[in-house]
Amino acid sequence: MANTFELISSSTAGAGGVASFTFTSIPSTYTDLVLKLSVRSNRATTQDTFKVTLNSITSGYSFKRVYGDGATAASDGSTGDATMTVGYSAGNSATASTFGNVELYIPNYAGSNYKSVSTDGVGENNGTTAYAGLFASLSANTAAITSITIEGGTSATLLQYSSAYLYGVKNS
Amino acid sequence: MTKMKRIEINCETGVESIIELTDAEVAEMTYAAELAAEKKAEEDAKAASDATAKAALLVKLGITADEAKLLLA
Repeated sequence: MANTFELISSSTAGAGGVASFTFTSIPSTYTDLVLKLSVRSNRATTQDTFKVTLNSITSGYSFKRVYGDGATAASDGSTGDATMTVGYSAGNSATASTFGNVELYIPNYAGSNYKSVSTDGVGENNGTTAYAGLFASLSANTAAITSITIEGGTSATLLQYSSAYLYGVKNS
Repeated sequence: MTKMKRIEINCETGVESIIELTDAEVAEMTYAAELAAEKKAEEDAKAASDATAKAALLVKLGITADEAKLLLA
């Protein structure tokens, strides 16, 4: 059980938005990482996903997810991906001024095994359709995670006030 | 015109850099967004086509959607 939870770094998109957030030189002194995102993209839908890249590696990602849109629940997945898909966040057709909430939990990020990531995200939309999803993702790469890049799942711009907070968790 | 930017945060130093995308990065981003828009348009068109076909079949059979559900249950 975690007994320390420290903010490592954070960032917020300014006017015009940004294409991506990248955390570099992540210290290896924690047990796990937690990445909290509050994001709205400029994609013309109520929801969007994210592409996450670890250590700038563009291969070996896979995921399974369960999700619902307010009417239907479903599950699917993908393998052999160039980036890690996680979600959900708000697209630009979601209720004005709302942002999706997403949390990624990355256990044992500094170890030498494959890296697993659990993600819990909601699109936030005051309407009939609103997406929520749980993603279980894997990076088939063994190096300690020292950098994380987050960008829109469809290469959409992450709009102004979108933010990313990276926390370190220690179990001792 | 202002170029799209990306944010890089060095966790060791705490320094945040705001970096303009290169022309190649902008082109790649635009292409990926266009592909995604095309894919969504295809999915929307298929969903609309399926709904139309389903409605036509119900009319042909002379039953409602609820009655069709009952038959398949």
